[in-house]
Amino acid sequence: MFGAQSIGVLAPSAAFGVLSYDMAHLLGGAALILSFALLYQRRVVSVINIYAMQAIVLAATAAWQGWSQGEPALYVTALIALVAKGVAIPVALYRIVVRLQITRTIETTFGIFPLMIVGVALVVLSIAVVLPSTSAAQAHTLTREDLTLALSVVLLGMLMMITRRNALTQVVGFLSMENGLVLAAVGIEGMPLVVELSTAILVLVAFVVFGVFFFRIRERFDTLDASRLDEIASSHR
Amino acid sequence: MMLAFSTGLAAQLVHLALLVAAAPLVAGFVPWLKARLLGRSGPPLLQPWRDLQKLLRKQPVLAFNASWLFRAAPALAFAATLTAGALVPSFALGMTTAPVADLLVIAGLLALGRCILALAGMDVGTAFGGMGASREMMFSVFAEPALILVFFTLALLAGSTNLDAIAGVLRDGALGLRLSLGLTLIATLAIAIAENGRIPVDNPSTHLELTMVHEAMVLEYSGRDLALIELTAWLKLVLWLTLTAAMFCPFGLATPEAGLLSWPLGLLAWAVKIGVLAVGLAGFETCLAKMRVFRVPEFLGAAILFGLLAAVFLFVSTGFSAGND
Repeated sequence: MFGAQSIGVLAPSAAFGVLSYDMAHLLGGAALILSFALLYQRRVVSVINIYAMQAIVLAATAAWQGWSQGEPALYVTALIALVAKGVAIPVALYRIVVRLQITRTIETTFGIFPLMIVGVALVVLSIAVVLPSTSAAQAHTLTREDLTLALSVVLLGMLMMITRRNALTQVVGFLSMENGLVLAAVGIEGMPLVVELSTAILVLVAFVVFGVFFFRIRERFDTLDASRLDEIASSHR
Repeated sequence: MMLAFSTGLAAQLVHLALLVAAAPLVAGFVPWLKARLLGRSGPPLLQPWRDLQKLLRKQPVLAFNASWLFRAAPALAFAATLTAGALVPSFALGMTTAPVADLLVIAGLLALGRCILALAGMDVGTAFGGMGASREMMFSVFAEPALILVFFTLALLAGSTNLDAIAGVLRDGALGLRLSLGLTLIATLAIAIAENGRIPVDNPSTHLELTMVHEAMVLEYSGRDLALIELTAWLKLVLWLTLTAAMFCPFGLATPEAGLLSWPLGLLAWAVKIGVLAVGLAGFETCLAKMRVFRVPEFLGAAILFGLLAAVFLFVSTGFSAGND
């Protein structure tokens, strides 16, 4: 059982009950849950909706951190997340889905249950990585859990990119990975705005490239199934 | 001392009476609201009462090969559920049964009730009874570990497995907003939906044989036996709503120190909580379609996952046990 002293050593219990910390933690947790929902969901349109929700949660996290750290630059981050990732990219993705007529596609990835277990293992991995590298003495105990959550979102995004076969859902995995990076950035005090601006622009550029790619892949192979690309590669050997 | 005991006993009796009285009301309210949301007029709110009265007047019909288990099962399941219900604080803490209101006892009693009904479903050897029982057991294979994870997470947070103590700790708000609490709340709602056979896991109002789970299991029952089984199912729904409220929203609960004067507030808070949860349930069920039976393990797997994550993040926020450093 937990002795009172073990709680006192690592995370001072005074840290809990502080609203600014609890709220950030909760919002980060919501982003993580939405990452799991992305892994779980099979319908393309629902995947896009969940991605938009994750971006909105991210915007809320950034705005909350901006308020609690007293850092107006984070409001800009929140606005970018809300407008670009919460509205513009999902709308564009949705239009691509409509244009390619894959609204009703149900993607069969490998079993949901093993996928979820791998997901939990990744969360545990990120905890195992973050906890020892940020000992209570040097790091801000409060940012530690935020880092864990953000790293988990990044890893789950990667897992989604690996396990999906549809190019569009792979891209959503990539975008959600970037959400995790921004989540890490907003949790750390004193992160310059330039970093977030450049990742945001990077994502937008990458998205335009992906958009072009979708149509090219579709034109060429009549499908968005990325596993077909491997067959081409092996036939040219 | 004597006064505290008599207050606890009075609270216990009022609690039990209200629980049994609220069961048909909630069971009538949810379908009524669902019908209204779909633009239909819906059954009257007191329809479950009338169903009970009708069924109680009728003589039960038994299969020729029904054993004593089949006849005893409704009463046993009702007793198990009612006992579990007696342990969950609804409007007041410190009821007479508070010292034994352990979360594991509640989980065990609920499992006992389900197990008895599943055995009874298989007793007369009809196809639907057996199919319903096997499906119900398949769901509970996933729901129970999730429930145990939720209970242990709460127990670790509050430092006790006693529901009365946990509700007391959470009521004071000493723990603040915790990620683990949020995750366990989601897991609990998923488990509650599965345990009560609500949409998307099972449809309580269906009578299409291939999709029935709970209804298929109790298909052989009639007359007053069926009345008792229906009442058990309604009681279980109220129990789960009360349990969710006690674990995650124990505000307004009357404490033994405050005495009788805090009862009206506690009763009002309980009514509001049950009402809000029932409205939420009706809205949720209206928005969703029932899922395929073989997708239910995935749904409940997600509940296990959230329970596990809650426990994991509990260790992150409190640090691994002292021996680790």
